[in-house]
Amino acid sequence: MTISMTTLEAETGGAPSVGVAPPAPRQGVWHHLLRNRGAVLALSYIALVALLAVAAPLVVKLSGWGPYEFDQSAIDPNLGGLPIGPLGGISAEHWFGVEPGTGRDLFARIVYGARTSMLIAIAATTLTTLLGVLFGLLAGYHGGKVDQVVSRVMDFLMAFPALIFMIAILSALPASNRAPLLVLVISVFGWPYLARVVRGQTMTLTQREFVEAARASGASGWRIVLLEILPNLRSTIIVMTTLAVPGYIGTEAGLSFLGVGVVPPTPSWGQMIAQSMSWYAVDPVYFLLPGTFLFLLVLSFTVLGDRLKDVVDAGERR
Amino acid sequence: MVRFLVTRLAGMVGVLFLVVLFTYAIFFALSPDPAVQICGKNCTPELIDQIRTNLGLDRPFYEQFLGFLSGLFVGTTYGTGANAIDCAAPCLGYSFQTGQPVLEMFEQRFGVSATLAVGAAVLWLFMGVAGGMLAAIKKGTWFDRAATGAALGGVSIPNYVLALVLQYVLVVKLGWLPFPQAVPFGADPGQWFLNFVMPWLVLAFTYASMYQRLTRANVLDTLDENFVRTARAKGLAPRLVWRRHALRPALTPVVTLFGMDFAGLLGGAIIIETVFGLNGVGKMASDSITKNDQPVIMGVTLVAAFLVIVGNVIVDIVYTTIDPRVRIGARA
Repeated sequence: MTISMTTLEAETGGAPSVGVAPPAPRQGVWHHLLRNRGAVLALSYIALVALLAVAAPLVVKLSGWGPYEFDQSAIDPNLGGLPIGPLGGISAEHWFGVEPGTGRDLFARIVYGARTSMLIAIAATTLTTLLGVLFGLLAGYHGGKVDQVVSRVMDFLMAFPALIFMIAILSALPASNRAPLLVLVISVFGWPYLARVVRGQTMTLTQREFVEAARASGASGWRIVLLEILPNLRSTIIVMTTLAVPGYIGTEAGLSFLGVGVVPPTPSWGQMIAQSMSWYAVDPVYFLLPGTFLFLLVLSFTVLGDRLKDVVDAGERR
Repeated sequence: MVRFLVTRLAGMVGVLFLVVLFTYAIFFALSPDPAVQICGKNCTPELIDQIRTNLGLDRPFYEQFLGFLSGLFVGTTYGTGANAIDCAAPCLGYSFQTGQPVLEMFEQRFGVSATLAVGAAVLWLFMGVAGGMLAAIKKGTWFDRAATGAALGGVSIPNYVLALVLQYVLVVKLGWLPFPQAVPFGADPGQWFLNFVMPWLVLAFTYASMYQRLTRANVLDTLDENFVRTARAKGLAPRLVWRRHALRPALTPVVTLFGMDFAGLLGGAIIIETVFGLNGVGKMASDSITKNDQPVIMGVTLVAAFLVIVGNVIVDIVYTTIDPRVRIGARA
């Protein structure tokens, strides 16, 4: 299942052993990334979706139809509400055709769906990274009892069948305002994967001479963690975070697909695909459009993460 | 070794207890009043109160939780008198909507989920592990590029999208497969088998892609290791270097992942079973969510957690035989 967060853990299993080397200069990473065709394509697509998401109201004004407007003239009531015209009713009026049954404009719904996807992905990434870095540093730097507690909690969360539990919690919670709940649930089950790696590297770094030197010159614990250890973890955190983003996007779409994610009428790609299931035989465009947008977004983040890891690993070898 | 087993099993019991407590607490806090659901349409407040007292829903949390726990071991009885419902141990709860103990519902659906999991696992292990090893050996060739590209696509495409595409192409456009219909194995083995073809393929492709990436990366990492260089330097035949030195360490993470994934699938492939209309545990879970049948959702969550945790312990034990380093660590 694309949703399973174990993927992330496994693929970074030989966790980027970055960090321990001095931080690669940022400019170098960008420079190498921009010379890679795959990375540039991925970045461009992500930028496009981000732009659509940010400018959704403007874009929709351009195309002429809002995401909640019903266009009864675009569907054929005699055919059970199938869109009129070929390819799911694609026309100058409706750029991506319309939703069968309701006649809502698919372009507008895709654009607003981008908003949902990006918003939830960014929020979940931010929260997961904060939690992961905080608890990873805490456990790795302090060791002992603190480490014991944090590590047990991580074991517990990682042993949990996260997807089924997320579904269970979300189905039991009130339907209003699902987005923050989605972010919270995804993050609660997501942070241990980053924290585990941060903890391991912090433990190694704490033994290094420069930390010892800082301690000898009287730096406080906070100062050591923030100024000596954290900068060395930068590349690890960036790589792991990028590799985790597609998981969050997939999880949001999957949960919305199952009907426990974003609540209609707010559009989300996963939810659109779920609704298209009853039409797939007669109107394939309806599932192909959100399916393709979703696939490309997950693919782009995966490619970007892969390339980032390559660049950072190569930088470390040099 | 014995000590390792004992600590591991004790840890498992601890995690299981936490999982039960956590799940129960969340459902206790969040779920709508079951008494209202049981009561149905022609309901009065007095009737609700009566049901509540009968089922012990008015008791404090810890008493109800202990009741649930003891139900797991010795069974329990819901209500009193003529309407009492017996739920034999291990009692995972009782669905008042279907009028069945949750465990019984689970057992009826388990066969489908197991068939799905086993078939897909055979396919994906073969494709993923063999594909990953071949790609690593032939790094940089067309085969490596093709396999790695396919795997990248496979991890990126959500399986429900792939399922719809496949169903549209194979069933609607080409007509190679019949529309999926729920038939028992005895009635029509041919249709029964064909029903599973697409779900197997979709699940296997998704997992095979993850395994291909993991295997390839691990094999390449291992080939860089000093002990492989030593083995080569001492003149060991390349085939032996592979078999004795490179494969074992490269494949241990695959074993870990497989234990979790396979156990997870036995607990129900919610999305795939829903998309293809297979009547397995996953479909049961998603149907129960739609119907808001909380005891079933909780039961499935608990069984799925149980399977994953047991799967992890089995993997740990298997580890000690395939990776000597773990054995040494366990002894210390």
